[in-house]
Parts: sequence; C-alpha cells; structure tokens
Amino acid sequence: MVRKGDYVEIKLVLLEPEERAEHLPDDTKNLPFEAKVRGYLLHDANIGDTVEIETPIGRKVKGILLSVSPPYRHNFGKPIRELIDIGKKIRERYLEDKDG
Amino acid sequence: MGKVEEFMRKSPEIMKKCLGGLDYEKFRFGKIGFHYEELMSSIGYSIEDVGKILKETKVGNTPMYELKNLNRVIKKISRKGYGAKILLKDEAANASGSFKSRRAALSVYEAKKKGYEGVIAETSGNYGAAVASQAAQRNLKCIIVQEVFDSKGIGQPEILEKGRKCEAYGAEVWQLTVGPELFYWALVLLDETGYFNASLYTPYGIKGIETLGYEIGIEVKEKYGRCPDYVLVTHAGGGNVTGTARGLIEAGCEDTKVIGVSVDLRGLHMASDHDFNRKSFTTGHTGFGVPFAINPDRVDVPINAARPLRYMDGYLLVSQGEVFYTTILLAQIEGIERGPAGNTSLSAAIPFARELPEDKIIVVQETEYTGAGKHPFAQLTFAEKMGIEVSIGNPRDNIPGKKIVIPEDVKELGFEEYPMEDIKRSYLKHRLKGIDEISSKELKFLKEEVKDKEDFVEKFLFEKGVKINA
Repeated sequence: MVRKGDYVEIKLVLLEPEERAEHLPDDTKNLPFEAKVRGYLLHDANIGDTVEIETPIGRKVKGILLSVSPPYRHNFGKPIRELIDIGKKIRERYLEDKDG
Repeated sequence: MGKVEEFMRKSPEIMKKCLGGLDYEKFRFGKIGFHYEELMSSIGYSIEDVGKILKETKVGNTPMYELKNLNRVIKKISRKGYGAKILLKDEAANASGSFKSRRAALSVYEAKKKGYEGVIAETSGNYGAAVASQAAQRNLKCIIVQEVFDSKGIGQPEILEKGRKCEAYGAEVWQLTVGPELFYWALVLLDETGYFNASLYTPYGIKGIETLGYEIGIEVKEKYGRCPDYVLVTHAGGGNVTGTARGLIEAGCEDTKVIGVSVDLRGLHMASDHDFNRKSFTTGHTGFGVPFAINPDRVDVPINAARPLRYMDGYLLVSQGEVFYTTILLAQIEGIERGPAGNTSLSAAIPFARELPEDKIIVVQETEYTGAGKHPFAQLTFAEKMGIEVSIGNPRDNIPGKKIVIPEDVKELGFEEYPMEDIKRSYLKHRLKGIDEISSKELKFLKEEVKDKEDFVEKFLFEKGVKINA
C-alpha cells in the first residue's frame, strides 16, 4: 500500500501509436508516446493503480502509479582505462621540462 | 490529418497568448522575408538592461581563464611561430551551471513582469534546469518537458542527470519517450495552463546570450588591447552562435570570426527509439546543428530568433571520443572539471590553435557543470553497455552509434570542416521551395540570412531559375 502524501512517479500514455506524428522512423512510430511525472499521491493506492498526484507546483495529474520515491540511478560509471592517465602522459611528454 | 497535426494548428493562437502578445506576423514581408533586427529590438531591452536583469538572478560576468598549461602544450606540438592562445569563458559559474541561464533569465523576467503564473520550456536538459532555476528565484511556477527514455524505459546518464537537476529546482518535470511530439505536448500544457512560453528561440532567449559575446569582447579588449581573432561556439539549435556573435558586434568586435563546433553524430536518427540511447551526446551535436541551420524555423515559435547562418564564419565537427579526451585533459592539466558537452568547442580549439600564428587569440565561450551522469566515465560505461565499442586509435575512425575512438595523444585531436557553402545552399533551397520570383528586398533578406557579402545568393537564384523582381 502506498500512502497519501508519498512522493511517487506515475506513467501516462500521451499518444497511442496510431495517434503519433507523421513521418516518424519505423522503430518509433509503432510505439506509444509516454510520459513519467512525479509528485505527491493524493490518496492511498497500490502500485499499478490509476491515481491522482499533485505535482511540485500544485497541479493535479492522473496516471498509473509506478513507484514510491524513485531513486536516482545514474552515477559516475567506472574509470575508463583509455582516459584515466591522459594528464600523466601529457605532463611527461610536454610539460616536465626546466623552462616551465 | 492526425491528432498531433490537428492540435498544432492552434499553435499561432496559443503562442500569442503565451508570449506576452508578441506578434510575429507584423515583421513578415513578401513571400519569404521578415525584418529580423526589428523583431529583435521589438522587445525593448538594451544590452546594458539585459546585463542588469541577469545579475539580479546570479547570471553572467563569469570568469575567463587563459589555459596556461594547455597553451604550453599547444605551442610544443605546433610548428615554430604557431600555436594560438586559448581563453576559456567558464560558463559553469552561472546559476544553473551552464550558459543556458543567460538564455532563460530574460524570458522568466518577462513572464514575471507581464503577470504570468508560470513558465514552460522544452529542452534536452541544461535549458530546463536554467529555466527552473530562474523561475525559483522569481517565484514563478515552472514546467519542464524533456525527452528522456526509450521505449524500454532506459535513459542515458547525461539526460537523467539533467532531469534530476530540473526537479532539484522545484519544477514539474514531464519525462517523455523518444519523438518530436515533445513540441506537441508542450503546446498542450501551454494551452492548459496559460503559462509563459520560455522557448529557447524567442528574442528573449537570444538577447540573453548577447551578454556572453559582449562580455568576451569587452574583457579581451581590456586585457589584450584588441578583440579576439576567433570565438569557438558549441553549435546545436543556433542560439549560442547567434547571441554570442551579436554580443561581439555590440562590443565592437565585428571582425572576430565566429566558428560553430558540433559533435559529429551523422548517421543517427534523432527521432529513432533505437538510436536514442546510442548517442553519448545529447546536445551540441550535428543532429541539431545541421537541420536548425538549414531550417531555423522548425521550432516552437513562429519565427526563430536564432539564425546561425547570419553569423557563422565556419563550422567544425569533432568526434565524441575527442570531446571526452579533452574533458579529462582539462581536468588533469588545467584543474577544472567540467561537463563533456560544454567542452565540444574546446576540443576543436586545440587542433585549430595549432594551425594559427602564436599571436592570435581564440576564445572558447562556454563550459558546463559536471556531476553524476554528466561525465565521460558515466557516458562511456553506458555506451559500452549499449554495445558500442570504445577503443584508442585514430579519432577519425569514430562511427556514431557503433564506435567511439579515443585519441592516444593531444596531437591526434582534429576536426572535420563542414562546408558552409553546402549548408547555405540547403538553407536557400528550403527557403525558396515553390518560389519562382522574389523582390529585391527579399534578395537583401536572403543575403543577410546566409551572411553573403559577394554574390552567392544571386548565383544560386540564377542557377535555380528564380527571378528577381525589382
């Protein structure tokens, strides 16, 4: 059960595939045009229910409840071997001399 | 006609309501012309006014640095007497961490002044963050519409970070799947809310960036006694080039050459669900840079105030791997860590400087903030996950969406010169579709549109059999 007032993410279908704009590439035109919006749940509900939220600016939007306090999953990735020692190489090659 | 196309017909009416009554139609003349300078001055702000307004909300007067270690390296790898000096304008110091704050500030000021309840902007991210940051300071509501996910719900790290940042400033953020209907949805929201359209492409958006070119011109003159020889500008929708060049002219630097630079993503389709997450750059690339130069008016306002071909003296393309290399180089030898997309023009500036005499001055006019997602490691980790090969080698072997090649040495940084003539011809072809006769006033307009000081346009018209009616 997700409680009223929880910070949640909902999903909406804005356009069905047949309603989409003309001249789209093939891999896009057969897909629905969807949106995700976050805000405060206005009533108790379960994941997957159609719910109403209040957005951070106080507008009301209806959609399917996806998750509660969705975490930010993007990060710094891993060190990329091809990049990590660029500065060291450049310093050795061009900057480590007596005139600097 | 589909649902989207039908709704878009309401656009002129909605635009008028959501742009403070700015009436674009009164600037048009003939079949193809419009009075550009009159449109720009119609909003009634001088460059000094704009500077003051920007200052109120923590925008502008960013520092400019001489990149001393980098400049030493450039001298070492250039022929004797060559290796121009590079200066970097650190735009990450603006309120929202990019030059886009300049673009947003005046729109949001205008929205407040005219009594709007809120502002709406569509964006790949940095601009949304800028509008949200400005709206927070002016106590306006803000809605941001952003293309974020593919159909599997996957978003690439840079986009996710930019979405987070919009949210961080308290905006309502619409994160959408891939497709040009982003414009449609922004229009639906404008119609529904009556908020101000803080479009990137109004005269407000461009006037704000004029301050950037102006600051560069004034500061270089003060420190070095003359205008910069070149300003390298990361080019996407055209506003950055347009505003910077106009500001340089305001500062008395008419002869400074303005060079656009984009990341080469040719071959990837911008509206493709499959290609969407195979781009490691979400702005500053050819997917925007080329089509917006050819047809600037493919935007969310009736006439785009960003007209890059009026100002651009050259157009250079760099590869994704080169920009990532440059980003790490900047951090490790200059001690400033900045976001990759903002280093696009810096990447071209290094090989460009090698070909210029050592007394020349190049200004790289932007940087952007860095953070989780907005970082070469994050982008390349994700690219590898999407099946893209990352290797060391010749950066010209880069294949957008398939292969990212990182140079082994700074000497291998390069660029490809995109022929300006081709873009200008494509622009003229597009503008003159179905037209067989134009007036001499329209000819003058076209010549201004493509910065033609000789008879490029006249030759094109002759070749295409378009008559000029005196």
